[in-house]
Amino acid sequence: MTRIWVFAEMSQGKVAPTALELMTKARELGEVEAIALGAGAKAAAETLGKHGAKVVHVNDDAAFDDFIAEPATDALESLFKQQAPDLILFGFTPDSREVAGRLAARLGTGVISNAGDVNAKDGGFVATVPYFGGAKVASMHANSKPAIVLVRPKSFEASESGGTAEVKPLAVTIGDSSKRAHIAQRVVEASEKVKLEDAKVVVSGGRGMGGPDNFPLLENLANALGGAVGASRAVVDAGWVPYSMQVGQTGKSVRPSVYIAVGISGAMQHTVGMKASKVIIAINKDAEAPIMKMADLGVVGDALKIVPALTAAVKAKKG
Amino acid sequence: MIGALKIVVTVKQVPDPNSNLTLEADNTIARDKEVVLDPGDECGVEEGLQLKEAHGGEVILVSMGPERARDAIRKGLSMGADRGILISDPLLSGADALTTARVLAAAIKGESPDLVICGTESYDGSTGMVPPMLAELLGVPQLTVAKKVEVDGANLKVHRQTSDGYQVIEASLPALITVTAAIAEPRYASLKGIMAARSKEIKQVTLGELGVEAGGPVETILGIADAETRKAGEVIQDDGTAVDRIMQVLADAKAV
Repeated sequence: MTRIWVFAEMSQGKVAPTALELMTKARELGEVEAIALGAGAKAAAETLGKHGAKVVHVNDDAAFDDFIAEPATDALESLFKQQAPDLILFGFTPDSREVAGRLAARLGTGVISNAGDVNAKDGGFVATVPYFGGAKVASMHANSKPAIVLVRPKSFEASESGGTAEVKPLAVTIGDSSKRAHIAQRVVEASEKVKLEDAKVVVSGGRGMGGPDNFPLLENLANALGGAVGASRAVVDAGWVPYSMQVGQTGKSVRPSVYIAVGISGAMQHTVGMKASKVIIAINKDAEAPIMKMADLGVVGDALKIVPALTAAVKAKKG
Repeated sequence: MIGALKIVVTVKQVPDPNSNLTLEADNTIARDKEVVLDPGDECGVEEGLQLKEAHGGEVILVSMGPERARDAIRKGLSMGADRGILISDPLLSGADALTTARVLAAAIKGESPDLVICGTESYDGSTGMVPPMLAELLGVPQLTVAKKVEVDGANLKVHRQTSDGYQVIEASLPALITVTAAIAEPRYASLKGIMAARSKEIKQVTLGELGVEAGGPVETILGIADAETRKAGEVIQDDGTAVDRIMQVLADAKAV
């Protein structure tokens, strides 16, 4: 029997959506055990069970929430010494990948990072990863045991399979030597009305918006549509908008019903995070921009004129 | 109590993000293209220089790559870094993240720095795996995705970007940090800096000298295929009716 671990990332006391996506895939590949660490781990076990975990190893020591990566690495290493799995799945998220990296170095194991899919093949595992800036995908066979694969969020749609997981306390003592990078404070800057990654409509802006002063035009449109505002890496790097709004390879992955790309050229770095959207509308002054070659509707024109007019039309229609 | 800081910045030479890459018939990326110091690492060098300017000390650039990666190191030296170390060995061509981390760790250990600065992820590989592996192999904590860094004596504090704001992370030196582009605007190398860089030391070492083995490949590429692409749809010129057409598409998608 193929044994798979899913590292169930916790976010503010709740199991992160990416963990349930991984569960949905993992249960096709073998018998799945999840590891949930930190506040809410025990409660998370029920959700993980519904998504196909046979066993959930839990430990709700505050150290997992208060210190970066090292306590979680200790816990996984300790469990690994008792029962080695064939495959360990992590979400390709900032928090999970730091644990995955430390664990791989500690175990002396290779990793396949930034995967879009993972499947069983000839008793091993094959993951697909973007190659050549995302224009190609490479199928990579993992040669190490265990195989450690990090999968991009939103690669799979989470669904329940029913079931109840056996909850096992994960006995591990987190020593002071692992309590080093202390999360002393959490500051929330963006009070998003609609979360970008959950929004049904996303309105994103790039350099073509001209400057940060024009971003409120996108907010108005997003508000009228009940959606959220995103951005390209270029404008985040330029400091126009916070990192939390970045859509793309290094930002968030989204798959809304409608994605409106305004003044975004459509670099691979960006499109890899939004190309799964159901309908893509692009507004750009450049008819040759790559985004025009993937949009369902491409409008060549002045975004600063079109966006306010569109906002007015949406408001009029909604009454 | 640490006064002057000994800082190592890891740097990588990558294909120029602004150049058009081409793919050879065998699906390898053409390597004769324009190469540059990774723009993320440039921010790391800048942050290292600013910390040195504030606290005194030394900035050492460490890179693994082919012979020509000297150019990437030279770029950082012309910005003001003090010296460089290049680990170059034909056996390292196509090295995976863990091998890279082992090689960098071996070279960095010899320097016993107070602080190691890495980019959050490289522009070309984007796996983000080397920094946490390196921190583990060096036995230091990792303070990651930093958009702000403060050093006070032996205490280190960073603002770590999160999806909805930031976290304040504290640790004692020695430590490893990864930085984002928001950390600092990289300076341009002055003519004086470029001239000075010519005489700065770039020490070249081989795998054997570091005592690291390359190891077998951790993954095997089975095949490369075109990524799933979306087909181009309708493209219209805005002649004043574009809003009507967009409204129609929104209505079809049940968004209005």
